[in-house]
Amino acid sequence: MFYIYCPYCGEHREEEEFHPKGQAHIERPKNPEECSDEEWGDYLFFRDNPRGVHHEMWVHAVGCRKFFNITRHTVSYEILETYKMGEQPSITAEGQNHSREAAAVSHQEGVRA
Amino acid sequence: MSQSKQHKQQVFRLATGGRIDRTRTLSFTFNGQPYQGHPGDTLASALLANGVDIVNRSFKYSRPRGIVAAGAEEPNGIVQLGSSEAAQVPNVRATQQALFNDLTARSTNGWPNVQRDLMGLVGKLGGQFMPPGFYYKTFMAPASMWLTYEKYIRKAAGLGRSPMEDDPDSYDHFNQHCDVLVVGAGAAGLSAALAAARSGARVMVADEQEEMGGSLLDSRETLNGEPADQWAAQVLEELAGCENVTLLPRTTANGYHDHNFVTLHERRTEHLGETAPVVNGHRPVRSRMHRVRVGQVILATGAHERPLVYAGNDVPGNLLAGAVSTYIRRYGVVPGRQLVLSTSNDYGYRAALDWKEAGCEVVAIVDAREAPKGDWVEAARAQGIKIITGSAVIEAKGSNRVTAARVAKIDIDAFKVSGPVQELACDTIASSGGYSPVIHLASHTGARPTWRDDILGFVPGLVKGVQACGGVNGTYALGDVLAEGVEAGIKAAATMGYAAQTVNIPSAERLQQGAAVALFQVPHEKPTLRGPKQFVDLQNDVTAAGIELATREGFESIEHIKRYTAMGFGTDQGKLGNINGMAIAARCLNRSIPEVGTTVFRPNYTPVTFGAIVGRHCRDLFDPERYTALHQWHVERGAEFEDVGQWKRPWYYPEKVNGKIETMHQAVARECLAVREKVGILDASTLGKIDIQGPDAREFLARIYTNKWEKLAVGKCRYGLMCKDDGMVTDDGVTSCLAENHFLMTTTTGGAAAILEWLELWHQTEWPELDVYFSSVTDHWATMTITGPEARKLLAEITDIDLDRDSFKFMDWRSGKVAGVPARVFRISFTGELTFEINVQANYAMHVWQTLFKHGEKYGLTPYGTETMHVLRAEKGFIIVGQETDGSVTPEDLGMQWCVGYDKPFSWIGKRALTRSDTKRENRKQLVGLRPKDPKVILEEGAQIVLDPKHAIPMPMVGHVTSSYYSPILDSGFALAVVKGGHQKLGETVYLPMADGQTHEAEIVSTVFYDPKGERQHV
Amino acid sequence: MSNAATFDTRTDTAIPVESPLAYSYRHSGAPRGSGYRLKLRERAMLGHLILRGGAIVLDEAVREVLGINLPGKPQALVQDASGERSIQWLSPDEWLVIVPGGEEFPLETQLRERLGDAHYAISDVSGGQTLLEISGEAARELLMKTVIYDVHPSNFPVGKGVTTVFAKATTIIRRPSEERWELVVRRSFADYCYRWLLDAGSEYGVNVEQ
Repeated sequence: MFYIYCPYCGEHREEEEFHPKGQAHIERPKNPEECSDEEWGDYLFFRDNPRGVHHEMWVHAVGCRKFFNITRHTVSYEILETYKMGEQPSITAEGQNHSREAAAVSHQEGVRA
Repeated sequence: MSQSKQHKQQVFRLATGGRIDRTRTLSFTFNGQPYQGHPGDTLASALLANGVDIVNRSFKYSRPRGIVAAGAEEPNGIVQLGSSEAAQVPNVRATQQALFNDLTARSTNGWPNVQRDLMGLVGKLGGQFMPPGFYYKTFMAPASMWLTYEKYIRKAAGLGRSPMEDDPDSYDHFNQHCDVLVVGAGAAGLSAALAAARSGARVMVADEQEEMGGSLLDSRETLNGEPADQWAAQVLEELAGCENVTLLPRTTANGYHDHNFVTLHERRTEHLGETAPVVNGHRPVRSRMHRVRVGQVILATGAHERPLVYAGNDVPGNLLAGAVSTYIRRYGVVPGRQLVLSTSNDYGYRAALDWKEAGCEVVAIVDAREAPKGDWVEAARAQGIKIITGSAVIEAKGSNRVTAARVAKIDIDAFKVSGPVQELACDTIASSGGYSPVIHLASHTGARPTWRDDILGFVPGLVKGVQACGGVNGTYALGDVLAEGVEAGIKAAATMGYAAQTVNIPSAERLQQGAAVALFQVPHEKPTLRGPKQFVDLQNDVTAAGIELATREGFESIEHIKRYTAMGFGTDQGKLGNINGMAIAARCLNRSIPEVGTTVFRPNYTPVTFGAIVGRHCRDLFDPERYTALHQWHVERGAEFEDVGQWKRPWYYPEKVNGKIETMHQAVARECLAVREKVGILDASTLGKIDIQGPDAREFLARIYTNKWEKLAVGKCRYGLMCKDDGMVTDDGVTSCLAENHFLMTTTTGGAAAILEWLELWHQTEWPELDVYFSSVTDHWATMTITGPEARKLLAEITDIDLDRDSFKFMDWRSGKVAGVPARVFRISFTGELTFEINVQANYAMHVWQTLFKHGEKYGLTPYGTETMHVLRAEKGFIIVGQETDGSVTPEDLGMQWCVGYDKPFSWIGKRALTRSDTKRENRKQLVGLRPKDPKVILEEGAQIVLDPKHAIPMPMVGHVTSSYYSPILDSGFALAVVKGGHQKLGETVYLPMADGQTHEAEIVSTVFYDPKGERQHV
Repeated sequence: MSNAATFDTRTDTAIPVESPLAYSYRHSGAPRGSGYRLKLRERAMLGHLILRGGAIVLDEAVREVLGINLPGKPQALVQDASGERSIQWLSPDEWLVIVPGGEEFPLETQLRERLGDAHYAISDVSGGQTLLEISGEAARELLMKTVIYDVHPSNFPVGKGVTTVFAKATTIIRRPSEERWELVVRRSFADYCYRWLLDAGSEYGVNVEQ
């Protein structure tokens, strides 16, 4: 159960109020007729599935009904930021150091049983 | 319960001490036997007081089992509660169930009963032959027999049963929010809560026990020179007086979910009786699930004592050392007469000291360490208790109760018995292998725990917004625990923006403690695989040999070993056994414990009743039922209802004909003919309605619909089809032009919310430059559809609107008054007949509807439901989105090219996809009509269509029936179907082989079965 | 005046109307009595308008016509001095206006006149929702059982209103005064909400005022 900051309501709200709408920043080609079948298929069907930082679009369905974007870590599920439609994320996979993931699994030396 | 049976004496009850009320006596029964206990008892302490040794039969081997622990970690004392069928509660731990008068409990396992158990014989005979995987290996062949085997295996194994009657109690959910949640109200939790509470933060404290205080309630130690429980009482009093603090006793944090969302299972009346007692005429909620969104979580869940793993360690009379202390000090029960204590550390000594002080005999303390030293060790020596060092209890003797302990020198590093064995007569063996922090909740978050050599245990991995303090953090000395708690409380409150206030930490005794030794399995004279059973997980009957065998069979990952042996499964979740099991696996695999790692603990920490999970979302509140403004009328008219989304829509209105209620078939036939020949009325209020305003509304419609909108004039309506950008039909409906910049869109009943979101999606994300707004007005309007040849005459009687066919044409709308009520009337048709859809503000709906009936009788006005609506529209070949379409059907597949604006300037949603090679395929499934060769046949919806019924199975399937009905006006069955290349197959015969062996024949025909020229709607 | 159709859906008072809870009162009853800790009251037949547009565009017109400032802050609820008229923020470009029944059409007309050709929308939803008042000492507990939003006074002061989840439906919840909460429920969900409130409130005792 996520706790999501709605950038329009200015508050954290329960996940039940939101609908996920898939990967963010998928832009509809301006001239669909000029797209090849492959390009159009990419736009329609192909999405990223990264391990780590991911940008998703959500809508505050039971609330202000506004669409907005979330930067979320797909391993820790931590929401790193939310931002309004039309804005760009300030946190990206390239900009992140990977210490968060490295810390997730650790095998230390210990006693033999 | 028989009155003649005598209550047995509480022979193991001490005359004084403990937190029980000896002035009151409570009666209860266990396996039909009457017993007595006192307020303050748990069922387990009362059973021990009465000398009940055997509380269950074990899961797999059916061995007799007794109480081992005093809390949530109890593996054996799992009981079924309830004196009546409705009150049955399975899977209750006797150690967590407060005693109340007339409590009725039974053992969960044991068939026919725990004393004489048939499966026990199997366990004895088969013991050697039931390695892990026994059931999989033995009963899987032939596979078809598994269901037969399973019935008996389940009956023999059993883990309780659910009630077969309705639960009289109510349950609910509570949505909570707090700054700081403290889980556990022992020394760490109370000090953390106090520090957080004084800062002014919103604090919740949840503790699973009957009384808050945790180990302070039975501690030997003092705080500020007073017994520790007095400090706990003072803190609790202060917390109870704080408005910003919620104390929840009898409340288990059963799950820890994403973003600090914690579920707390509060048992509000379970300690009072089987069902909640009525208070002031109202029955309180029995059990409640708090759904808590927390700022900062403080885990103060403490630690579970780890039992030692030795042969026969499951015989009743083997207990945890700490549990022995708890029963003596908290409940005034000594669970035996002669004690042998086997320990690897100083903490275990408390059990011997408490035992001795209770006036019973301590036969010996057997310490695995060569030279134990520490304050408690010295105290035991001073009491004259015999201490056998460098040794351990290697085997417990006895079958239904411990009779002796076999004790020997052991060499831990070499994993062998290194000296002669002596047998000490006793009836109780207490063991302590150190502590395992209760890391379960922290594990729920997915954070991996960390092994600490210094405490020989895992401490929790922590996600953002959580701290651990006290036992769960591997801190056991009371003074340190309190300091850690205060620090955690201050830090949590500060993080939430509350300034710290002074908290004086009470002074605790500084005890000298000797170092513990790592002992996870006690060696036996015989090798593990051939020696007597040494149990690791008592609840799931997992032995050290089983784990060793699993490693020999090639299971190396602890998660695989867990699944192969069932260690830590089910309601147990590895509370006692996991660390020992992992350590044994590590030894067998010659790895370190952290290399082997721990398994993942999952919710729920202890079982949660389904009532609390469901809360109030059951029976007629299971799901919202949406009603139209005319619902009362439909109910009174005797309508049968159909669920459409969450709406209850009249399905058909059966009438009494010649004293008999019509069947659905009869009612629908009558309703259909009434519409075709006279006039019918439908409550169409459930259609989604979206108010669209703005200068760019028309442009927006052109982009979102497949067809054209630029020329739709004010006063006109148009049918529209909507696709997703993949070109597949997603919704349809009529949209009307109310004014140049104002449209009213209707959507399918089920699609209303999704389509509004769809419009907003495109507007907000792709076309924010278009000036247009959308608002739902679905509930504002009630929609009454009158349809049939007599519709005009009927409406004319009660409206001021000019209904002349030339001034109010098909696909026009007009406003005026109907039955004195302002109305918008739309001349559109889903039946193919002359139709007026009357829209009025919903609060007036009943008046208008009733007025229509007042005037409609002479025209034969007949109410019809969704079934008739479906038949009538199908006769006309009108599609229903979701029935003729399934997300893989294009407008062209439906033969609806007339509804596609190929030359619209903007590349509307779905257009580009219609020119993809796949959507252009000629053999796509296309919508056609099917006329069964035998008119009496009603084809089955979903039936598969083949071209050659003689083809060998599997036959190539070319499509399926989407809608099929009997048409009263045609007196024939008819259907709509999708068939590969169907548009080119008109006149061809297809076949529908059915499951019963029959094969139906049908001809592919036009989708329009009635009034092909569409004249009737224009009259 | 923008090119939109307006339509007064009300008519003379002699024509009978049914509130969204009419069915519920017949079907589930309306418990009355003493010893209750919860009071429920429907304020039926009020005028409800959805106002959409830019805050700057709407603010002046609203103040002029209605005499109330358009709340610009998220979740804000403002009322006039009598408490009979209110405006609630629903979204950065959406507000709910509730006025005494019958005032909604003149209000819409005046606003449209005042707003001229600006881009905005006004939708009458008076028939589509109803207002339920909840008061009594157990009101907050009842709401905790019902809505997922935090109704603690520190988070939900007077003058706040939010759209949130009500059991398995949705609702608008508002706090017009210290003692009183308001739910704005959709007509088709009203019976479900009513039955839920009676059920959830039964342990406190509920009094329904009609």
